[in-house]
Amino acid sequence: MSDSLIPLAYLAAAVLFILGLHNLSSPRTAPRGNTLAAVGMLIAVVATLLVEEIVDYTVILAGVVVGSTIGVVLALRIQMTAMPQMVALLNGFGGAASALVASAELLGYARRGESPEGVVPIAIVLGVLIGGMTFTGSLIAFAKLQELLGGAPITYRGQQVVNAMLGLGALGLGVGVALHPLDLNLFTGLVITALALGVLTVIPIGGADMPVVISLLNAYSGLAACATGFVLGNSGLVISGSLVGASGIILTKIMCDAMNRSLANVLFSAFGSVTQSPGSPGAEDRGTVTGYTPEDAAIIFSNARSAIVVPGYGMAVAQAQHAVRSLVDELELRGVRVKYAIHPVAGRMPGHMNVLLAEAKVPYEQLVEMDEINPEFPETDVALVIGANDVVNPDALTAKESPLYGMPILDVGRSTYVFVLKRSMNPGFAGVQNPLFYNDNTMMIFGDAKATVMKMVEAVREYS
Amino acid sequence: MLGDPAVALTILVLSLFVGFEVISKVPPLLHTPLMSGSNAISGITIVGALLAAGSEERTLSTVLGFIAIVVATINVIGGFVVTHRMLAMFKQKPDRS
Repeated sequence: MSDSLIPLAYLAAAVLFILGLHNLSSPRTAPRGNTLAAVGMLIAVVATLLVEEIVDYTVILAGVVVGSTIGVVLALRIQMTAMPQMVALLNGFGGAASALVASAELLGYARRGESPEGVVPIAIVLGVLIGGMTFTGSLIAFAKLQELLGGAPITYRGQQVVNAMLGLGALGLGVGVALHPLDLNLFTGLVITALALGVLTVIPIGGADMPVVISLLNAYSGLAACATGFVLGNSGLVISGSLVGASGIILTKIMCDAMNRSLANVLFSAFGSVTQSPGSPGAEDRGTVTGYTPEDAAIIFSNARSAIVVPGYGMAVAQAQHAVRSLVDELELRGVRVKYAIHPVAGRMPGHMNVLLAEAKVPYEQLVEMDEINPEFPETDVALVIGANDVVNPDALTAKESPLYGMPILDVGRSTYVFVLKRSMNPGFAGVQNPLFYNDNTMMIFGDAKATVMKMVEAVREYS
Repeated sequence: MLGDPAVALTILVLSLFVGFEVISKVPPLLHTPLMSGSNAISGITIVGALLAAGSEERTLSTVLGFIAIVVATINVIGGFVVTHRMLAMFKQKPDRS
């Protein structure tokens, strides 16, 4: 294939990627968008295979077969509730691939005894550093989401200092490698530091901050691909990598805004560790909470005309999305208008709740964003909170001393009745008590969310 | 392919802007498929992996290239397939008449 045709193929791929992402602006066109992007990738791969420098296809074929098999099996088997883990893992693989390619390039230079020139050494450093951090950071995020590691922040004395030293070390080694690219000892040091940084910077971040971490790792995986593009002088990688980088950066910002916290605060404050709930009044000064039953809920529902379901991570843990859908079906049959209120950081990744409810065949028109639904709570008869806590905590609006203060919430307390389905009175992730539970119009129903909702379905059938 | 770093930098900056424009129009409803789909796109590194694995005699670079192909392919194939699976679930309200 001639030398000018290959860049044109990459251009075609980039255009298809952009069109693909553009089509994600609506759920109707989104499947087409995904197909366009996949076709773009196919074009880029085929064009690359026709490059003259590629002489040996056996290794390539073996790699593609192994990778495709694992990829397809993973993608088809994974449960929708486990999607955050899946995305974390894929991020990690993307980062690893970029770091490996940058490393392979450097080793190629070293073997030929020629020194990389211009921006190439810097790009190699960035590719290895960002890619390596993405890889191990994503593995830790995966382990936390899969509950192989505890979801709570892992902290130790002097953690910030260790991380800062490591960061400086990475910087120093990076400069070293950029200046002396063929010194493989420096390079090995850089690789190890990058991998360690990924681990050590993600372990102090708690489970409920995962939406931010996953978004950020998404951005990193794109930027790593971008750096690799500079290493190879390949425009296709630069364009695609920066598209993904932009996507990750936007999502990171949206997630931080939805918690009213800065990125630095999310990354470095170990938010949600036990030591960090000063000034939040304990349960004892709030009065007592009475447990209600699914039958009580059914009685209230039998007189309701409107209801809003507020799902949270607890719904995902209990796999309750299908039961919730059955309940809503029953209510709608009885003339109740039902909507779902989706907080941007509900769950463990951006859009987590939407995917779960889509899996339960909830039409997407019923899934309403926070700003749009908040004005509707005062005119709503029943708000049904399922496994959500911090995103409905009114302290975020009123209590200046609360760690949640300033975070936008779903203002469920303004509806006539609030049912809160919860495992126990344990505080939420932020370690903060929730005064919503003590409101006069709030009724708590304790137990497994799925079991409770299924009992509600039966009770609703009986009572009306 | 990209002789002048300034050209690559120009491409980078312009692509970032295109990315910001396009992606800020994706509704929160589709943020999970956006992540998995863009993830698959970041698997474009596979192009570099192919060059590293297929270009020369068998060396350590080839080994790294092979591993890179495996993980990049998981990223690409897994990402597109899982995104497809998710997007297929988003349905409009059927007419209830």
